[in-house]
Amino acid sequence: MTDMASLMEDRAAAKVISDNLHKPVDWDSPKIARNIKKRYAAERRFKFYGLAAIGVALLALFVLAGSIGSKGYTAFFQTYVQLEITFDQDAIDPDRTGDPAVIGKANFDGLIKQALRERFPQVTGRQEKRDLYSIVSGGASYDLRERVMENPGLIGQTRKVWLISGDDFDMLNKGYISADVEEGNRRLNDEEIAWYDALKSDGAVEKQFHTRFFTNGDSREPELAGIWGAAVGSLYTLMVTLALSFPIGVLAAVYLEEFAPKNRFTQIVEVNINNLAAVPSIVFGLLGLEVYLNVMHLPRSAPVVGGLTLALMTLPTIIIASRAAIKAVPPSIRQAALGLGASPVQTVTHHVLPLAMPGILTGTIIGMAQALGETAPLLMIGMVAFIVDIPGGALDPATVLPVQIYLWADSPERAFVEKTSAAIMVLLAFLVLMNGLAVYLRKKFERKW
Amino acid sequence: MAAVSQSAMTAEPSVASPKMTARDLNLSYGDNQALFDVNLDIVERQVTALIGPSGCGKSTFLRCMNRMNDTIDGVTIKGEVTLDGRDIYDKRIDVVQLRARIGMVFQKPNPFPKTIYDNVAYGPRIHGLVNSRDELDQIVMTSLERAGLLKEVKDRLQSPATGLSGGQQQRLCIARAVAVSPEVILMDEPCSALDPIATAKVEELIDELRSNYTIVIVTHSMQQAARVSQRTAFFHLGKLVEVGETDQIFTNPKDERTKGYITGRFG
Amino acid sequence: MSLSFLLLAVAALCVLSFYFGRQRAIALSGGRYSNLHSLPTHYGMYVALWCGLPALLLLVVWYMFQGSIIEAMIIADLPAEITGDPGKLSLALNSISLIAEGGGQHLTVSPEVVDAGRRLARLHTIANAALIVVMLASASVGIMLSYRKIDPEMRARNNVERISRWIMIACSAIAILSTVGIVFSLLFEALHFFSKISPLEFLFGLEWSPQTAIRADQVASDGAFGAIPLFVGTLLITLIAMAVAVPVGLFSAIYMGEYASSKFRSVAKPALEILAGVPTVVYGFFAALTVAPFLRDNGAIIGLDVSSESALAAGLVMGVMIIPFVSSLSDDVMSQVPQSLRDGSYGLGATKSETIRHVIFPAALPGIVGAVLLAVSRAIGETMIVVMAAGLAANLTVNPLQAVTTVTVQIVTLLVGDQEFNSAKTLSAFALGLVLFLVTLGLNVFALKVVQKYREKYD
Ligand SMILES: Nc1ncnc2c1ncn2[C@@H]1O[C@H](COP(=O)(O)OP(=O)(O)OP(=O)(O)O)[C@@H](O)[C@H]1O
Ligand SMILES: [Mg+2]
Repeated sequence: MTDMASLMEDRAAAKVISDNLHKPVDWDSPKIARNIKKRYAAERRFKFYGLAAIGVALLALFVLAGSIGSKGYTAFFQTYVQLEITFDQDAIDPDRTGDPAVIGKANFDGLIKQALRERFPQVTGRQEKRDLYSIVSGGASYDLRERVMENPGLIGQTRKVWLISGDDFDMLNKGYISADVEEGNRRLNDEEIAWYDALKSDGAVEKQFHTRFFTNGDSREPELAGIWGAAVGSLYTLMVTLALSFPIGVLAAVYLEEFAPKNRFTQIVEVNINNLAAVPSIVFGLLGLEVYLNVMHLPRSAPVVGGLTLALMTLPTIIIASRAAIKAVPPSIRQAALGLGASPVQTVTHHVLPLAMPGILTGTIIGMAQALGETAPLLMIGMVAFIVDIPGGALDPATVLPVQIYLWADSPERAFVEKTSAAIMVLLAFLVLMNGLAVYLRKKFERKW
Repeated sequence: MAAVSQSAMTAEPSVASPKMTARDLNLSYGDNQALFDVNLDIVERQVTALIGPSGCGKSTFLRCMNRMNDTIDGVTIKGEVTLDGRDIYDKRIDVVQLRARIGMVFQKPNPFPKTIYDNVAYGPRIHGLVNSRDELDQIVMTSLERAGLLKEVKDRLQSPATGLSGGQQQRLCIARAVAVSPEVILMDEPCSALDPIATAKVEELIDELRSNYTIVIVTHSMQQAARVSQRTAFFHLGKLVEVGETDQIFTNPKDERTKGYITGRFG
Repeated sequence: MSLSFLLLAVAALCVLSFYFGRQRAIALSGGRYSNLHSLPTHYGMYVALWCGLPALLLLVVWYMFQGSIIEAMIIADLPAEITGDPGKLSLALNSISLIAEGGGQHLTVSPEVVDAGRRLARLHTIANAALIVVMLASASVGIMLSYRKIDPEMRARNNVERISRWIMIACSAIAILSTVGIVFSLLFEALHFFSKISPLEFLFGLEWSPQTAIRADQVASDGAFGAIPLFVGTLLITLIAMAVAVPVGLFSAIYMGEYASSKFRSVAKPALEILAGVPTVVYGFFAALTVAPFLRDNGAIIGLDVSSESALAAGLVMGVMIIPFVSSLSDDVMSQVPQSLRDGSYGLGATKSETIRHVIFPAALPGIVGAVLLAVSRAIGETMIVVMAAGLAANLTVNPLQAVTTVTVQIVTLLVGDQEFNSAKTLSAFALGLVLFLVTLGLNVFALKVVQKYREKYD
């Protein structure tokens, strides 16, 4: 078939189509009306899915916050028991020396036990006695000692003293252990619950604000465990992270944005930064374990190593944010400075960086917030050890808040559940504060050139 | 001057049985008023050209005619626009149907990232205008034919529309609009992104389409307005200054501003 | 003197040298700065840089090698019967460092080990003293040399700027160094592992029970290192997470971008972002203590046997964590679809949902695929949720109601707590890490490419 012939045929065919079609649509026909109805129903459905999706996400947020809040708020208060303690001269300072060294060595634990036995004289069996003693926490004797050291005049007197209770007793008082459960299925037996009831009816049980939770290090005893050690560990770790990642990140960003020629090296750096931002955090932990611990033999569990590891992790965040902030400074400002005879380095340090600083700081704070919440890489470098002492420096063994949460979440004692939730609340409070600061900075210095 | 434009406007609505009308149309984007008391009739099966300097509200007016401004936040519209005597801003009017009856072609060709076939079939499909694949095939073919594109694309209906040239894309967009059998087609500077040859093709096409459709076209080219339109309306600063037969507007404008614009003294 | 004091001392020296350098330049200028090539501060900075920079570099290099050199010295003095056996050696090294730190009284060890412990402590003291001396010396020499060079003719500014440029380049290179460090440390230990266990067995073996390899004489013979159950477990949990995150994230993004009023958006968007800011350990706690018991109890009510460490609990919570990630990325992507396409669709009389489903979504699809891939890579690498809520036992199952374990869980279990070095068990963690790194890297590179291509299309 020749071209001409085919063209003619096309024309003819098209003409036929053209003629027999495109009668105007009857928009009022029932079929179209039905169709419209269906389409609007689909529209409403679709919109509902969107709303439902947001609802699901927000619901998850509420359930998360609610479950942690409801589990955790009780941890800020601790049960105390009032006992009548006889500060027996013979037991504390038999030779009447008045020497603090002697008083400090006295058996205050014995005094408490004595008081308990006196309060419940009917208790005789060995196991029974042990149960009885567990009403009061092992930490109460330290409180008592401190009290006597401060006020030696107490010796020889009998006083009613509020003592911190043991964790099971605390749980019972907070309603986490129910007396209605069958005896074999609860941590406290009927007798112990009877003691509680007796003390309670005396008005000798009350809840007090739990300062220890904020001032203590970790402990095996839930009622003595606190977050201060972990908080200090977090502080040291973040300080190291900040000290490394901030200058390095900003310098790298300045170089890449202001000075770097478009060459192979720059390209590789950029690809690397983007990919590092998405490397799983645990891989950084493996890097830290291998390089810092196995090769460089830096101390295990130390905030320095944690900080070094987290610094590598936050670096991409800071670099990316800083570059965006630097890029946002209009070229006219650079040109003006260069035009006045400033060198490129001076232009950057005197003009570009100050203008970009709010953005850089915002990015840095967000990076620090991420580092504060990070857990997995720190597990790899041994910051998961059980550490009672408050770390005194970046080289001491330490743990951090999120790892403390992880450790407590793993503990079998019922009382650690509320401690964990409370520690989470504290951690979240810090994060909210940091992110709030970032948002504030961004709002305050937001400007459009 | 005011008297002149007043007389121009009052003289106009006397067009016999207009397809569409605008009465005292005012529109604001937030606090910024873009249209002031526009009164204009669109005659059936004719091409009406809207001309005027940039920012005078031509596109805004055009978008009022199929309620495309509904999709923008903060727009307030007062006045009346009718299609076959019914107010299109009436609550009972279904905007989805309305836009099918009043098609639109945009300044920049905007084919969907689908095949050529699917682009044209998009409208008939969503409006449920066909019962069978054959029917759909036919509509696609006819529409492409009407848009003068069939010959060029009939062998590659299943290839992506974004692979077409700019002029072809614009004609595809016209075919897409034609496929739902609209009564009116609104065109906002349809040739501004095209080269002269493609422009000539589209102009030719508009002239052909006139026999079946009512067409409103916004253009910045006087020549184009003169070539394709039968009636011309001149907008200035959100006001309709003058409207009339294209010949009359170009040869004997009543308003000084129209004259100034046409002769190239401002704009 | 502790490290921080040393650093402070060097910093103080830098400040001092800056001051003196500047003073000297001023003195040399005879009061007229125009006699100087550069500003006096440049001369100060020049001296300060020469004071601090070499000292800092020295510190880094020192710490890179100190540990391994001292260890080599200790090992060299140990009797052959200990050094010959890797197991004994690592045990002895542990005891030695314990003794060096002043502990280890309860240990029953040979006198050589006790001696070595004392020697280690001594070596540490010596090394620290040496470091102090060397650093301070380097700082002083730096000051002296550069101070003497100060001269009105000297181009201090150019010098300082050249040095700062190199510092900046070095900072940028750290990104490369990190990657290289990751690759090498993983590769090094993984190769070690593969010399004991064949890669084929590792990648395709169906049984994973590294714990049985604890006894020294059984290394590699009894421990099973087939990672398939881990891979399957990881995929299962990832799949569950995606089943939550992709629809919810996508529909949230659609609602936010296309339907929501700006007022609604300004409230709902930050609320969603909060989900992204919650630390993963919190999600882990939530999964383990709230979601898992809830699923188990409710499963029991309808007669399902849900494990208390079910893949479902971990997956669901991980999905929630990833929702904001998917939604913000797809929001970005969909907002890049040009307005003209929307107009085209609305102009034909399409409803909003039709426009979204038939025009915006297909147009944004490549970008959305990229976003989902990034999310998948996130889920695969996520650690804390699964460590706390998923199981330890390597069950080869795809039943979401049962407990499975994942790659990250195993890495953590293998490396937390006491490790014997060089055992296949410990090394296998690095092999798992290598697989994890390669897979997530591959996903990221691919996804970023897809997204970038997509961006270019609509820019
Ligand atoms: N979406 C919008 N939001 C706010 N103001 C708008 C919007 N669109 C248009 N305007 C304003 O309305 C006025 C009329 O704009 P319009 O686009 O109708 O002009 P035009 O005549 O089509 O111009 P051009 O010939 O350049 O296309 C202008 O002042 C413009 O700034
Ligand atoms: Mg316009």
